[in-house]
Amino acid sequence: MLEVRNLHAKAGDRQILNGIDLTVNAGEVHAIMGPNGSGKSTLAAVLAGRDGLEVTAGSATFKGQDLLELEPEERAREGLFLAFQYPVEIPGVNNAYLLKAALNEVRKHRGEPVLDAMDFMTLARERMKLLEMDDSLMNRPVNEGFSGGEKKRNEIFQMAVLEPALAILDETDSGLDIDALKTVSAGVNAMRTPERAMVVVTHYQRLLNYIVPDFVHVLSGGRIVKSGGKELALELEEKGYGWIDSEPAAAAV
Amino acid sequence: MTQVATGPHSYAEQFARFSQQTTLPGALVSLRDDGFSCFDRLGFPTTRLEDWRFTNIAPIADTPFVAPTSGTDYTRADLDALHVPRLDGPELVFVNGTFAPALSTTDGLPVGVRARSLATVLAQDHDETAETVASHVGRLARIESEAFTALNTAFLRDGAVVEVDPGVVVDTPIHLLFVTRSGAEQVLSQPRVLVLTGANSQVRVVESHAGDSETPYLSNAVTEVSVGDHAVVDHYTLVREAEAAFRIGSLHVTLGRASNFSSHTITLGGAIVRNTAHVVLAGEGGECTLNGLYLAKGRQLVDNQTTIDHARSHCDSHELYKGILDGRSRAVFNGKIVVRLDAQKTDAKQSNKTLLLSEDAQITTKPQLEIFADDVKCTHGATVGQLDQDALFYLRSRGLSRDQARQLLTHAFAADLLAHIKVEAIRTQLDALLLERLPVAG
Repeated sequence: MLEVRNLHAKAGDRQILNGIDLTVNAGEVHAIMGPNGSGKSTLAAVLAGRDGLEVTAGSATFKGQDLLELEPEERAREGLFLAFQYPVEIPGVNNAYLLKAALNEVRKHRGEPVLDAMDFMTLARERMKLLEMDDSLMNRPVNEGFSGGEKKRNEIFQMAVLEPALAILDETDSGLDIDALKTVSAGVNAMRTPERAMVVVTHYQRLLNYIVPDFVHVLSGGRIVKSGGKELALELEEKGYGWIDSEPAAAAV
Repeated sequence: MTQVATGPHSYAEQFARFSQQTTLPGALVSLRDDGFSCFDRLGFPTTRLEDWRFTNIAPIADTPFVAPTSGTDYTRADLDALHVPRLDGPELVFVNGTFAPALSTTDGLPVGVRARSLATVLAQDHDETAETVASHVGRLARIESEAFTALNTAFLRDGAVVEVDPGVVVDTPIHLLFVTRSGAEQVLSQPRVLVLTGANSQVRVVESHAGDSETPYLSNAVTEVSVGDHAVVDHYTLVREAEAAFRIGSLHVTLGRASNFSSHTITLGGAIVRNTAHVVLAGEGGECTLNGLYLAKGRQLVDNQTTIDHARSHCDSHELYKGILDGRSRAVFNGKIVVRLDAQKTDAKQSNKTLLLSEDAQITTKPQLEIFADDVKCTHGATVGQLDQDALFYLRSRGLSRDQARQLLTHAFAADLLAHIKVEAIRTQLDALLLERLPVAG
C-alpha cells in the first residue's frame, strides 16, 4: 500500500530525513518510534503533504501512485489520513460542517453519492459512540476549546468517519491520561481490518500495549536504524533510546 | 479644496434650477440654501484633509454628475435582478432618489408606525407631523464641515421617513431600498433617511443601497436616527452598489437615556465606498454597538469612518469592524471615540480586524481616542493577517480543496459578525456569499 524508498527531506536549511525505507502492506500496523527530533513527525507530515518541507531525494508511492506528486486533498481523497499531533483549532468552522464536507469530498472521489445532513448525522452518531464522544462536540468550532483528550478523540473520530485506507497517527497518545488512551486505542483497534493499514508514530511504548503493532521501526537521525516485531518496543522501553545510536546503523530492514 | 466644475452641469447651475423647481416648507428652504453655500465654500474634500488622506475621491469630483428630479423607469423584475435580500415585509423603494410607490408596500406595519416618503410628508400643508419631520431634518447631520452632507442637503427633496410612536414594538424589519441607475447622464442620487423613535419603542430598519448600471453614478446618502429614551433600534446598511459606482454615506445617530442602538454596515460593492457613522450617546446608560463588515476585491476602495461620542455617564459602546480584502483593493478604517468630561463609567471597546487574501491588498487603520473623563474603560485593537496556513493544511488534509478551505476560513473570519445579524435574510445571503461566491485568489 505504501512504499517509501530512500526518502530525504529538509525543512528550510535543515536536513531532517536522511533516507527512509518503509513498506506498509494492507492490514498491517507499523509503529515508528524514536527520540525527540529523530524525524518521526516530519515523516508523517511529508507523507500527508504539508507545505514547507522539501523532498530532496527518494520516492513514496501510495496504492501504486506517486504520493509526492499529489496535493494534500488528493492524498486524503485517495484514502490517506493523518491524525495530527497538534490538531488545529479553527474558530468559526463548525466541526460537523467540516466533517460532512470532508466525507462528501472523499465519497465524490470514490464515485459514491454524497450524504445529506440526516444520513451524515446518523453515521456520525454511530462513530461517536466508538470514541465515547459527547454529541455537543459536533456543533462546536473545530477543536476550539477542546481539551487535549477531546482533540485526540476528535482526530480518531474523523478517521472513523472518513474510513481511510492508510491512517498515520502522529503521537496520538501524547497528553492523554490512561482512560483516554484506552478509549482512543479501542477506537483505533475497531478500525483495524485486513484492508486498512496504519502507521503509529509514538515516543512511548505505552500506546503499543493497547494498539499492538505488527512491526516496530526505530527512527534516529532521520533514518530507520532498527526494525523488528512488537518485542522491539519493549526493549526500547527497558533500555531507552541511548543504545540505538551506539549500534551500527545498518540494521534497517 | 478642488474647484467645483462650472458650466451647465456645474452644481451651482443645477442647484439654481433645482431650487426653483422644487418647493419645500420655509424652514427647509433656508436649510437647503445653507447646504449649497456650505458645499460651495467647502468644495470636494482632497487628500490634504486629514480625514480624507487615504481616500482620494478625485474620480467623483471630476465626474459631471447630474441630480435627477424624478425617478427612472424601474420594474419589479429589475429589482428582483439586484443582489439584495428581500425581507418580505414593509418596503419603500426609491429609484435615483425618488420614491417609487408602485414598487413599495407598507403592509404589515402595526398601528403607531409610519414609513413614508419625505416628499409626501412635506407636501402635506399644515400637518403636524410634517412640521415635526421638517424640524428634525438636518438636526444631526451637520453641513458646516462635511461637503457631501452639505451637497445632499442642498438637493433635499425626497427620501424615507420612519416614525415609531412611544411604546410601539415593530416586529418585522422595515426595508428602505435605494436603487440607482445611470442612463445617458451619470446620475447623482441623494437618498435621505430620517428615523424618529419614541420612548420605549423598538424597531429594525434596513437600508439597502444598490445599482445595476455599468456607467458610474454617485449615491450620496445621509441618514439621521433619533433613538428615544429606553428605545431599542437596530439599523442595517447594506451597500451593494454597481462595480463602477461611487457611494458616500453618512449615518448620524443620537441616543436617549438607557436606550440601545446597533448599526451593522455591510459593504459588498462599489468602486469607492465611504461610510461614516457618527453616534452620540446623549443620555445616561445608553448602549451602542457599531459593527461593520466589508468585502473588497479588484481595485475597490472601502473607507469606514466612525465616531462614538460618549457625552453622558454609564454608557457602553462596542465596535467591531472586519474587512476581507482581495486583489488590489484598499480599505481605510478610522475609529474615533470621544469620552466627555461628564461621561464617567464609560466602557468603550473598539476593534478592527482585517484579513488580507492577496499580496496587493492594503488596509490603513487608525484608532483615535480622546478621553476627558478619569473613571472610564476604553480598549482598542487592530489586527491584520492572512489565512492561517496550519488551518488551511488541516482542512486540505481532510479532503477539502484549497479553494474550499480558503472559503471556509474566510467565512469563519466573519462568523462572529454574522452571528450578530438578526435579520435572517441578510445573514443567509452573507453566509452564501462568503461560502460560495467569494472570489479566490492564488
